[in-house]
Amino acid sequence: MAQQPGTRPVFAPWNDPDQKPLIQFKNVTKRFGDFVAIDDITLDIYRREFFALLGPSGCGKTTLMRMLAGFETPSAGTIMVDGVDIAPIPPNRRPVNMMFQSYALFPHLTVWDNIAFGLRRSDMPKDQIPARVEEMLRLVRLEKFSKRKPHQISGGQRQRVALARSLAKAPKLLLLDEPLGALDKKLRQDTQFELMDIQEKTGTTFVIVTHDQEEAMTVASRVAVMDHGKMIQIDTPDRIYETPNSVYVADFIGDVNIIEGTVAEAADGKVGIDWAEGQRKIVAAASSDIAKGTRVHFAIRPEKVAIATQEPADRANVIEGTVHDIAYLGNISTYKVELPGGRMMKAQVANDRRIARREITWDDKVWLSFTDTAGVVLLN
Amino acid sequence: MNRRFSWFNATSLTLGFAFLYLPMLILVIYSFNASKLVTVWAGFSTKWYGELLGNEAFLSAAWVTLKVAVISSTVATVLGTMAAYVLVRAGRFTGRTLFSGMIYAPIVMPEVITGLAMLLLFISLGLDRGVFTIILAHITFTMCFVSVVVSSRLVTFDRSLEEAALDLGCTPFDAFKSVTLPIIAPAVISGWLLAFTLSLDDLVISQFVAGPSSTTLPMKIFSAVRLGVSPEINALSTILISIVTVGVISASLISKRNIARQRADEQKALQQ
Repeated sequence: MAQQPGTRPVFAPWNDPDQKPLIQFKNVTKRFGDFVAIDDITLDIYRREFFALLGPSGCGKTTLMRMLAGFETPSAGTIMVDGVDIAPIPPNRRPVNMMFQSYALFPHLTVWDNIAFGLRRSDMPKDQIPARVEEMLRLVRLEKFSKRKPHQISGGQRQRVALARSLAKAPKLLLLDEPLGALDKKLRQDTQFELMDIQEKTGTTFVIVTHDQEEAMTVASRVAVMDHGKMIQIDTPDRIYETPNSVYVADFIGDVNIIEGTVAEAADGKVGIDWAEGQRKIVAAASSDIAKGTRVHFAIRPEKVAIATQEPADRANVIEGTVHDIAYLGNISTYKVELPGGRMMKAQVANDRRIARREITWDDKVWLSFTDTAGVVLLN
Repeated sequence: MNRRFSWFNATSLTLGFAFLYLPMLILVIYSFNASKLVTVWAGFSTKWYGELLGNEAFLSAAWVTLKVAVISSTVATVLGTMAAYVLVRAGRFTGRTLFSGMIYAPIVMPEVITGLAMLLLFISLGLDRGVFTIILAHITFTMCFVSVVVSSRLVTFDRSLEEAALDLGCTPFDAFKSVTLPIIAPAVISGWLLAFTLSLDDLVISQFVAGPSSTTLPMKIFSAVRLGVSPEINALSTILISIVTVGVISASLISKRNIARQRADEQKALQQ
């Protein structure tokens, strides 16, 4: 998030016990026959949040969203919006609008009529509708295309019409189902910022469903990582990335080295992990007390691993290895280093020099190093 | 692609077209025959067209046919569309397979049996046979065709369009009326046209359920031909053929133009 402490108050209603959540899932379960799509989920989402549901396909994130929209009913548990149980309210009466993955623009109506569609069915007086439609067209910068039909505009424009249409009724909550999935990468990145901008301007609570972790990290104030119908971790993007609570989250978000080992010593909030025969223990900070002999996973991001041709002197952890592979990505390079015993570890380096001056190459002997707070120790 | 002319291609093309259109061509030519005898050519004349217009029996039969076709195809379209919608949308309910099988059964049922069954029903109900019973019978046998046409369109219909309509405040009926129906309209219209055509040329079922005052055009032509083919009937058939030809050609021209326009639109959208 682009918020800077000091200049702006930090937006974190989830830490404020006085805040009432806009949406509350209470022990919600959804079964389709024998298949459990949502498994006993309890979740609070606050007003003005940009909340991302992240997970692989089939993890239940879309089902969760469709229950909010009213297209699915929970098998057990309750969903409250603004303190009201929404189970008996049909989709057309909910203060919730949805932007569909396929956009679902009405092909027989113009852009203007698509945006006006919901307004004509609301209690808005007829003479105020044109002004509201114009306002929405301005918001998504499509004033010039109001007379076109959906098949007469490009994919990116269609996406913006869908957004304008779902925002026109000023819903309490906007649901976005993989809103950027159909756009190419460049357009997707631009649109992500546009989405954040619009969310801030309108002050609407957004819930976005995505399988793209980068997208979730970019737009969201909080991210919920789901798997097999369960919430694995709900946290801010930086905490999800830096302090994942499980191997699953660490592995799902970004690139990570995971080393399995046994805790050999634990003292002063630090643990030493035995991970390979004849190697120095990995020293890492651990938040909770971990008993000796526990099997743990040590997770460390490649960009936190330094690579050098000489042995560094003052780092907590130093491991020797040979360069096995180099992936050059332009802005960064990833070195895959083979450690003694055949294990691989990735180290990422920003390419702040031209490639011609790179000093490490294939089969070079290198030292990988990281501090004791660079990684996390995971119990599951 | 091989575009070269070959004797084999030319022969098969000629044979094929001759097989399809020679009978009609002969009928059209003889409708302009001056002679009363169908098989003897006696010079060009349009007098049979004039006589046709003066023939009360033919005109009233044509009127009955048109009335029956319009009413029955319209009702069949409404019922058939409803049935298709339920079959495609309602998902799995008990007896769904039975229900859908029963809707499609009349397509393969011999018309003689449908006609006979209808006749027995009307007799047992004590309904006087006439235009009304023909309409009822035609609704029964054309509805399943409408249902087939409409359901094949509904299967490919993007469900999220309806959900979007509900989401934006439509009641389920409003969503059907203002989103689903306009989009599937071409299929509904072709269903109507199919029902209309089927009703227009039905002979067998009408024969069973018609009363003395309700002769349709096919029945009239059939009974007239039994007394010998008259040039008047040739003239009537020629009129029917030209109406159908004009209809088919204009329909294909319209759809061709629509496709061309859509292509141009898409091209325009891509260039931005």
